[in-house]
Amino acid sequence: MASEGLHEAAELLDASIIDHHRAVTSLCEELEAVDWYDQRVAATSDPELAEILAHNRDEEKEHAAMTLEWLRRRDPALDRNLRTYLFTTGPVTGIEAEVEAGSSGSSGGGGEPTGAERGPSLGIGSLKGVE
Amino acid sequence: MDHLHRELAPITDAAWEAIEHDARARLTTYLASRKVVDFAGPHGWAHSATDLGRITPVPGPSEGVTAAQRRVLPLLELRTEFRVPRVELDDVDRGATDIDLAGLDEAVRQIAVAENSTVFHGHVAAGIRGITEHTSHEPVALGTDPERFPTAVAQAVDVLRQSGIGGPYGLALSPSVYSTIIETTEHGGYLLLDHLRTILGGPLVWAPGVDVGVVLSLRGGDFVLDSGQDIAIGYRDHDADLVRLYLEESFSFRVLEPDASVALRTEH
Repeated sequence: MASEGLHEAAELLDASIIDHHRAVTSLCEELEAVDWYDQRVAATSDPELAEILAHNRDEEKEHAAMTLEWLRRRDPALDRNLRTYLFTTGPVTGIEAEVEAGSSGSSGGGGEPTGAERGPSLGIGSLKGVE
Repeated sequence: MDHLHRELAPITDAAWEAIEHDARARLTTYLASRKVVDFAGPHGWAHSATDLGRITPVPGPSEGVTAAQRRVLPLLELRTEFRVPRVELDDVDRGATDIDLAGLDEAVRQIAVAENSTVFHGHVAAGIRGITEHTSHEPVALGTDPERFPTAVAQAVDVLRQSGIGGPYGLALSPSVYSTIIETTEHGGYLLLDHLRTILGGPLVWAPGVDVGVVLSLRGGDFVLDSGQDIAIGYRDHDADLVRLYLEESFSFRVLEPDASVALRTEH
């Protein structure tokens, strides 16, 4: 069995969907572990144990980032949203309003062009994952 | 106003929306290369070249000084023109939803085929090498008998695995080969399409502009379409009867890992 978390019969799902499920499940587990470690670090009175737990917690973050990147490379919608919201500095909800207004603005950082520089393209972009 | 000059077109917001909706839907079907290679950007119309991170030594300008010049891959601009009858655009504002955009549909097909062909087979005049030109592997013979297709595709996937190239793998196919596959049922009623998808662990993509087929890794990081301006619609001119518009984009394409693809050929 690929996972007990499948909500549809495995024989109805192709291999790429099941791999996607594996990655999502793994990402959830890594982030849940971060949450558990956070609580243990805060609760223990032993400074040495707290240091070890914090070290282990941060390794879970590395695992989560690697899995998220795997998902991003295969999910165009996730890719679009991560590019929109990650590594920005302004209010996050403000970015959504900016996107919906049709402007890429300056919150994307990293020297990305403004909406005017990009021109009114049809917004096709990546189609990876579309069959 | 930008270089597309859309503000000069005698086209209402509703008519622009109808044109763009039609173009977007068809492009999503036709743009096969974007379904299997990485897409970087869009970086904007002003983006002129892709950095290659390499240099070419050149003579120093004066004694005791060495010099090298950065190498870049200039972006290719593609444009296809089309005409829309003004009477059709007027009907959009009357609520018509079945307007005739045959000119746009053909332009969409042309620019998509050009992009697919450039990515898979290159464009010598622009200095772009395509996937099948830059693969390190010998082509695998697909043959013409559909019953042999699974063997050939499995052979191509095996070549990639033997080279240490991980999956999932995808298969971009010419429309004629794709049609043959979806029409074929193997012994026991198993669809050939499903059999091939199982072998690949990834999709089969209908790819106009591709010669026969290409098996390639979809793991990412092996092939990059670097977009300047993604496909947009611009305005050229109009008269009493027609509005002349065009589809335009700029991009370059690079193969970063020549081991990550295998071309399929009909014959040995």
